[in-house]
Amino acid sequence: MIPASFDYSAPSTLKEALNLLKDIGDEAKILAGGHSLIPMMKLRFAEPEHLIDISNVPGLSYVNFEGDHLKIGAMAREVDLEDSKEVGEKFPIFHDVAKLIADPQVRNFGTIGGNLAHGDAANDQPAVMIALDAQVEITGLDGVRTVGIDDFFYGFYATAVQEDEILTGINIPVPTGRFGNAYHKSERKVGDYATGGVAVHVELDAEGTCTKAGIGLTNVNPTPLRASRSEEALVGAKLDDTTIESAAQYASEDCNPSSDLRGSEDYKRRIIKVLTKRMIHKALERAQ
Amino acid sequence: MEKEITLKINGEEYTQKVEPRTLLIHFIRENASLTGSHIGCDTSSCGACTILIDGKSAKSCTILAIQAQGKEITTVEGLATTEGVHPIQEGFKENHGLHCGFCTPGMMLRAVELLEKNPDPTEEEIRWGISGNLCRCTGYNNIVKAIKYAGAKIRGAELPSTEPVFVE
Repeated sequence: MIPASFDYSAPSTLKEALNLLKDIGDEAKILAGGHSLIPMMKLRFAEPEHLIDISNVPGLSYVNFEGDHLKIGAMAREVDLEDSKEVGEKFPIFHDVAKLIADPQVRNFGTIGGNLAHGDAANDQPAVMIALDAQVEITGLDGVRTVGIDDFFYGFYATAVQEDEILTGINIPVPTGRFGNAYHKSERKVGDYATGGVAVHVELDAEGTCTKAGIGLTNVNPTPLRASRSEEALVGAKLDDTTIESAAQYASEDCNPSSDLRGSEDYKRRIIKVLTKRMIHKALERAQ
Repeated sequence: MEKEITLKINGEEYTQKVEPRTLLIHFIRENASLTGSHIGCDTSSCGACTILIDGKSAKSCTILAIQAQGKEITTVEGLATTEGVHPIQEGFKENHGLHCGFCTPGMMLRAVELLEKNPDPTEEEIRWGISGNLCRCTGYNNIVKAIKYAGAKIRGAELPSTEPVFVE
């Protein structure tokens, strides 16, 4: 399968890329790793007239702890998080998710920025970013603006990134006290999209009371979903079995899965309930 | 709309005009006439088209040739040297790590990067490491053995037994 014809540019600065975007308009598409876009173009689900490859733009591939944030450049590859020991220590959730995204070859090229900018509720990083309360950095010709993850996903394949803008980075707050996080998805085979996936992040005070909770769900809603009621059930409580059970129950009630080849709606709700329970337990273990 | 690109495949430089939509696997097989890299699923699932780009394993059916501008590609044809076959090739030969051979070039290139990062992987690490490569003939036992063997060879460690594995 070969994509429909298109023109191609590989600008060497961000400004050049933004000017190209402005000149070409909505027929242009940003190419990062290409591992979501190119398959769609081969199937002719996407037929952009012009690809702007930003892989030659310097300074977008960083993964750094800076002050009280983990900063991830838009062109950092999935493998960069997977291979970073420091990321694994603070955010083992990124090692959980990396292992479940496609396969090693795809992770060598697929980018974190692309995973978010694609705006696909079936992608795994969005739920993780929701759980971790990420801020997304979006750059336009007028400068950089920052959008909270809750205002980032608009709808089916639609995000806060406007036609003349580029997602340039992701900032994740690093908590100071006790915290833990975990992700898992149920998949039929390696490389499959999630039947359902759950990302959990919890923060605890010295007595073990939950002070903050983030829960993101994969592929059970038209957009990546925050399980708000589940989070509220955890915050201010000791995370005993009853509390965890009710948080998991809320997640299964509040998601909106559709029946498809991966399972019926009811099955997916059960998957979400079980995974929410397991991931809260795992995040708690890691917070000890 | 053709654009000129220059890239290296197995040390040899190629400068050619291509349409931007030309996939890297087609450039390798048709423009460079190196047919060792295969097209299996054509949807980045099976791994038969796996090659190395600057040492990193990649699925060349999901990468545009033009994205490889200025890069160094390694295909199965570039593994052996005048000194002899690559340890991974020896591993596959000694352990009967292939049957029809269709997945083998991709498996081997993937294994090269895996062993580069970790020359002493556990069986679990090998199986996760080749999770993006499908074999539809013989199953994976001998492939895993072949990769273990190649790791030992690269480390200069004692070579594991090449006796067949019988699974109950």
